[in-house]
Amino acid sequence: MEKQTSPRDPSARFDPKGAAQFLLSGGHPGWLGLTYRGHGDDWSELTLPWREDLVGDDVRRVIASGPIFSMLDMAGGMAIWTRENRFVAVATLDMRVDYQRPAGERADVIGRCECFRTTRSAAFVRGIAHDGDPDDPVATMAAVYMTIGNSGGGASRNG
Amino acid sequence: MAEQSRPDLLSNYARSLGIEVAEFEDGVPVLWVSGIDAIEGRPGHFHGGATSGLMETAGYAALRVALSEAGQEAQLKPINITVQFLAAAKKAPLFAKARITKLGRRSANVTIEAWQDQRDRPRASAVMNVMIQRATPEGA
Repeated sequence: MEKQTSPRDPSARFDPKGAAQFLLSGGHPGWLGLTYRGHGDDWSELTLPWREDLVGDDVRRVIASGPIFSMLDMAGGMAIWTRENRFVAVATLDMRVDYQRPAGERADVIGRCECFRTTRSAAFVRGIAHDGDPDDPVATMAAVYMTIGNSGGGASRNG
Repeated sequence: MAEQSRPDLLSNYARSLGIEVAEFEDGVPVLWVSGIDAIEGRPGHFHGGATSGLMETAGYAALRVALSEAGQEAQLKPINITVQFLAAAKKAPLFAKARITKLGRRSANVTIEAWQDQRDRPRASAVMNVMIQRATPEGA
């Protein structure tokens, strides 16, 4: 994932930080306790705070794979809106997560997703989850999202 | 099924999300979660992550039952999961059941389907690979 090198007028763009306040406040993301961590032109980053009742391993106090999947799904959606600079109704069509290693015991997990391509009806996302060192990921993900409802044609970069 | 030998099928996470064992079909657990706020994504619908969490839990539950019936103790670790979201799941009871396609010595391959009122129209399907770390190595 690359760093953004050309800062643009932040007021002209979809604001993931501001949107996170309502996107992450209720429902499943709210239950997980997801928080905004950062974003760039085409990526967004969320934090999944460690919590006893999110543990999946019967031996180690490690966050389960399910919440990590949820966080990456959410971060992927936010990466699409960040890249598109607006909210587009999307639905995840297909998503794959490879779990490289368990997260650290009692460790928060960070999810960072990048939307690297959009077409009229689809958006392609890749991302990682890590617990402090992005070069030593806990998991990697790849997903395809489809635009739904009347928002087809919104993702305009490629047809 | 003898109650005393049934393994724990739910993790902290699964229990906390409200996932329960609905029934056993041919010895395979059917899991479900109701349309509570903790699963909601887009208003009135399941979050894809909650759907996946249910299916993943159903996959582990099926493996735990199979290993337990074989009298084997093992720890399960996720390798990967691929989820197909076929149709939006409404904020209503969602069920999931797994089929073990391979139960090997070191890994298992499991497919899962999740459905609501129409079982022949699944809302999502998944395939996962799971690492099996056995407490006592087999003769082979």
